[in-house]
Amino acid sequence: MTLLEVRDLHVFYGRIEAIKGVSFTLNEGEIVTLIGANGAGKTTTLRTISGVRTVAEGSIFFEGEDITKMAPHDRVKRGICQAPEGRGIFPGMTVRENLDMGTYVRGDKGPQKAKDLEHVMHLFPRLRERIGQMGGTLSGGEQQMLAIGRALMSKPRLLLLDEPSMGLAPMLIAQIFTIIKEINADGISVLLVEQNATQALKTAHRGYVLETGYVVKTGAGSDLLVDPAVRAAYLGG
Amino acid sequence: MPDWLIVRTFWDLTVTGLALGSIYALVALGYTLVYGVLRLINFAHSEIFMVGTFSALIASTQLLNIPMLEDGNYPYRTGGTLVLFLVFILFAAMFISGVGAVALERIAYRPLRGNGDAFGAIVLAFLTSFVIGLIFVNETKANLIIACVGTAPISYSYLRFFKKGKKAPRLAFLISAIGASTAIAEAVGIWGPNRREQYQTPRILEKKVLFNALGTDVRVDYVIVIVGALLMMTALTLFVNKTKLGRGVRAVAQDAETARILGVNVDLIIVVTFALGGVMAGGAAMLFTMVYDQSRFNIGFILGVKSFTAAVLGGIGNLKGALLGGFMLGLVENYGSALFGGQWKDVIAFVVLLVVLMVRPTGILGESLGRARV
Repeated sequence: MTLLEVRDLHVFYGRIEAIKGVSFTLNEGEIVTLIGANGAGKTTTLRTISGVRTVAEGSIFFEGEDITKMAPHDRVKRGICQAPEGRGIFPGMTVRENLDMGTYVRGDKGPQKAKDLEHVMHLFPRLRERIGQMGGTLSGGEQQMLAIGRALMSKPRLLLLDEPSMGLAPMLIAQIFTIIKEINADGISVLLVEQNATQALKTAHRGYVLETGYVVKTGAGSDLLVDPAVRAAYLGG
Repeated sequence: MPDWLIVRTFWDLTVTGLALGSIYALVALGYTLVYGVLRLINFAHSEIFMVGTFSALIASTQLLNIPMLEDGNYPYRTGGTLVLFLVFILFAAMFISGVGAVALERIAYRPLRGNGDAFGAIVLAFLTSFVIGLIFVNETKANLIIACVGTAPISYSYLRFFKKGKKAPRLAFLISAIGASTAIAEAVGIWGPNRREQYQTPRILEKKVLFNALGTDVRVDYVIVIVGALLMMTALTLFVNKTKLGRGVRAVAQDAETARILGVNVDLIIVVTFALGGVMAGGAAMLFTMVYDQSRFNIGFILGVKSFTAAVLGGIGNLKGALLGGFMLGLVENYGSALFGGQWKDVIAFVVLLVVLMVRPTGILGESLGRARV
């Protein structure tokens, strides 16, 4: 079943057309990755799906519902949540408060929230140790874990991840991708934007290659991984 | 002058300085809240305070039917009636100022953020046109006619601009703020109860000495102001730290885009922020009229500038900074005018601001501005 469908999306970033007609689909339970160089429009695509960029043309459907013009908070309520590029940790809030921001639209208290919190701590034991610390004092890896954990607190059906491996050591990158698979195994669909194409294609079921605002190639993750053109352009030969 | 007298004056000045500082601090909170969330200096906030003083007057004289004071004959109330009346006047001022601040945001700022509507465009066009008119004519009727005539073409161009969903340049917000400020003050100056004259507010609280500390008689109204301001600030801090909307305010202040991605309705948070600032200013206004028994259509100007100074002094965007800055400014002004003479009061306030900003450009408690904790 199609969970997310993006149809002929056009988005402007100031006066520049950052996305020039991108279409793709994501089925329930899938990990789909968008790969491509800097400026290909990957982040803009994710932000548009979250609703913080205005669509100039085209449409976005979530579970068959047209959400193109829906307010961002209503999208979070429908089950779309994002761990944004650069992590977006609130520096003046504790780890706990940052995680609480994930439940902002749900607003429910008590046992369910405690259970979700426990689940996130189980996925990221480091966050338990840092629970009372200010978000701004965490290391890059911890911040990434917090960003993903915070998005999970909203109980998403679709998790949007923007460059989760950015600026992290190889060990940590492997760890983050393992956790992405675990999250997916729990039934959460994942749309993953990455510059680290090798890891992304290994993790994802399917991939789309973006180039300066267009989709230039699509296929199963394992197929793209061995595609000569993709190898030459994004996987270092 | 004997030593004991200087000491006594010092403590006198401290008490009155703290009372004045409480007012500055409450108003400064409004500047700092809006700055934290929108990175905007809401220059019209001073007029929200002024509107609060008028609300207190109208609540006293019209709703509670308290007669205006006459020479040496005050309409004192006592006991339960007094408390009830004071609380009623306080809530009335807080309510009207809160509503006023929300209306201000809707009319003067929201359209500039790129999601305005026809209503906002027309009112904003009227304000622009009104201010332009003020430059050329100084006659009420002519001014209003100019404003109305100018509204049509200006609102047309504003509407075209809004439709694009684009955010206006920062300068537009500043002009809108100054325009709204002038418009509100002038409107009250033209149509208010006492026009451009100062008016007295009825004094229902007998200003008795409550207790004597360190050789200083402490009057009851000063105690109410200081305690009242501290209570309001505590309530605000609790709201910001413990409630869902408060967490939303902090999140938007720290990283608005991420807050939106996580489902915070930023427009709602902005309304809440203006409402909170307005309520604090309304409270300050009621306390102000209680101590000083007076107001005027342009009272917001100097008080607003001072409160803004207090916010910057403490570190704008920081709630504790507003508090600290307000008390500091109140005290420094009082001590300074005792040392150098009353006419130096305002000069001293701004010299202190300059010195602090030279040493700490982000204010006393301000960290890097983007990270300032609300």
